[in-house]
Amino acid sequence: MIRLNLFLLGLLMVCAMSVVTSQHKSRKLYSELQKEAQHTKKLDVEWGQLQLEQSTWAMHSRIENEATRKLGMQLPGSNRTQVILPRGTAVARPKVGDVD
Amino acid sequence: MNAPTQPRTRQRFVQQLKLERWRVWFILAGLMILFGVLIARGFFLQIMDEGFLQQQGEARYARTLKLEANRGMITDRNGEPLAISTPVQSVWVSPRSVKLLPPGQKRPAGWEPSSEKEPVPMSREELAQLAKAVDMPVKVVESRLSTSRKSGDKPDFVWLKRHMAPQDAKKVLELNLPGVYAQTEYRRYYPAGEVTAHILGFTNIDGKGQEGFELTRQDMLAGKSGSRTVIRDRRGFIVEDISTIIPPKDGETLTLSIDRRIQYLAYRELKAAVEANKALGGGIVVLDARTGEVLALANTPSYNPNSRARIDPARRRNRAVTDLYEPGSTMKPITIATALESGKVTPSTVIDTTGGAMGMAGYTIKDTHNYGALTVERVLVKSSNVGTARIALAQDREFLWQHYDAIGFGQPPRTGFPGEASGKLRAWKTWRPVEQATMAYGYGISVSLMQMARAYQVFATDGEIRPVTFTKQVAPLPGKRVFSPEVVREVRLMMEKATQPGGTGTRAQVVGYRVAGKTGTAKKVGVGGYTEKRYVGSFVGFAPVSDPRLIVAVMIDEPHGDSYYGGTVAGPAFSNVMAGSLRMLGVPPDAPTDNILLPGQDEPEVPEET
Repeated sequence: MIRLNLFLLGLLMVCAMSVVTSQHKSRKLYSELQKEAQHTKKLDVEWGQLQLEQSTWAMHSRIENEATRKLGMQLPGSNRTQVILPRGTAVARPKVGDVD
Repeated sequence: MNAPTQPRTRQRFVQQLKLERWRVWFILAGLMILFGVLIARGFFLQIMDEGFLQQQGEARYARTLKLEANRGMITDRNGEPLAISTPVQSVWVSPRSVKLLPPGQKRPAGWEPSSEKEPVPMSREELAQLAKAVDMPVKVVESRLSTSRKSGDKPDFVWLKRHMAPQDAKKVLELNLPGVYAQTEYRRYYPAGEVTAHILGFTNIDGKGQEGFELTRQDMLAGKSGSRTVIRDRRGFIVEDISTIIPPKDGETLTLSIDRRIQYLAYRELKAAVEANKALGGGIVVLDARTGEVLALANTPSYNPNSRARIDPARRRNRAVTDLYEPGSTMKPITIATALESGKVTPSTVIDTTGGAMGMAGYTIKDTHNYGALTVERVLVKSSNVGTARIALAQDREFLWQHYDAIGFGQPPRTGFPGEASGKLRAWKTWRPVEQATMAYGYGISVSLMQMARAYQVFATDGEIRPVTFTKQVAPLPGKRVFSPEVVREVRLMMEKATQPGGTGTRAQVVGYRVAGKTGTAKKVGVGGYTEKRYVGSFVGFAPVSDPRLIVAVMIDEPHGDSYYGGTVAGPAFSNVMAGSLRMLGVPPDAPTDNILLPGQDEPEVPEET
């Protein structure tokens, strides 16, 4: 009988200790989770700001300016453009004749 | 205590009870009454006055803090941001908890408040520091700090400066001044600025949509702000949460059908055209011909939605959707398609326009030239008013009205935009013959540019019209048939010819693509009838003709340059926008790159007078 009691006591101690540890662990993890959640929010904000920055840099007016002024680029004229369709043929000349 | 004495004591007690009965009852009743009063008072406080008292009690310690929800993003069809909210700091002060010291005095180093209600003294130097940190004159800051209510006591909350950059606000808080706090708010940024101003609109300083989609989709974008109720001590420190925190629900992302690249191109070209023609303003709409999605919508003059300065209401007007104009010749393809649909004419039917004028009920319908006899096709290509009027007069009024109505005239296009104009289309029973004739070439009927672009869907598709939408569609909405495919094919070819030499829209041609469209030049209605010298030039068209993908409608309001004809003022803008958009969308060309045919040097350009 005493042996059983001792065994149960031991079991109780183990359980008590594990309750304490798990409680401690869960608190620690929870605070970590909170920290990570805050981090997520911060990153979200930063993402928004970076997106804003990116779209400001990638403004079409700016790109156009940079390309034509700084890089000296220009759209090729029609006399320097050759259009090839997927079958490798040139575009056929349409007939804009009278409908009647 | 010994046992034998006990009964005797009881006996004596019994003997003492020989009192008057009424005294007992009197005491008992008195106690009962007092008890009753107590219960009544308790009832009164707990049940009758409970709400009031609870509220008063909470007002003395509890504060509900609003947790701001992030306003949803607005993106274009490719996910590029068009409107983003980012957090900013707003600095506020509590005048009640601050007392400004006279100049020269300083707060003692070990100062402690003697009671909860004593305000913290603030020296002049600190005031100057604060003013410098928020970049405001000292006087303004001082007046904010000494704000008082009508009742004489000072308020607990006054904005000092709103929407500061987070790093600036941090500097303010680092001064560690009494009664100065910051709160996170969201500020809206529009990376594309004035280019998308009319579509998106803007929000006010409290983040509420005021115009455009910021207004119509306010509920969806705003989300739901959360709250937490806390107990705060006198100095504003949070002591305890007294209810569960309701987390904020962020707004949803709104994906529009707009393509940012096309939008920018359209705005740029429109602005250039308006400036080149010294016009009052203008509008442009680019539609996807297959789905009815709006790819771009721009107006000039525009405004910068990022600036908080007062915006001139005239600049805020979304001309393409809310302004009405008389469409002029851009109406003719619709009239002619209706006539072909009725079967009363064919493209080769000859119409007599001899004289270039036609008198009706005291009104003269005029052409710029005397064209003589024209086929129906030539009537459209030359944009003859007399010819179109004669064709329309041969039709049944009700039949014409049915088609004008089916194509969306006289009813709002239901794009989900605030303040859409529905235009004017009178009931056919009230039409007089002269009105039937003028309406055929676009006078006596008013439309918005959006309606006109939508109407041209019938020519860009097989005669079907779809609802115009600003939200990205997964699959096109079902269309409604207005014209038969055969009729549409014929009219489409006529409209293509209108852009060829001999037509009015030669400047609308695009390298590598077949283009069809119609010019329009309409006199504006002023006080007492049509005005001279005030016109609206427009061009509505689509490309490529072999398989239409895009519809572009351009409207230039009151051009005062060398020319006011739709073909010359709006045609080039149409051509540039169409060329750029087709290239961006990767639409295969359907014509060789030398397809542009310009009229010869000696051949004058064909202007049209409606």
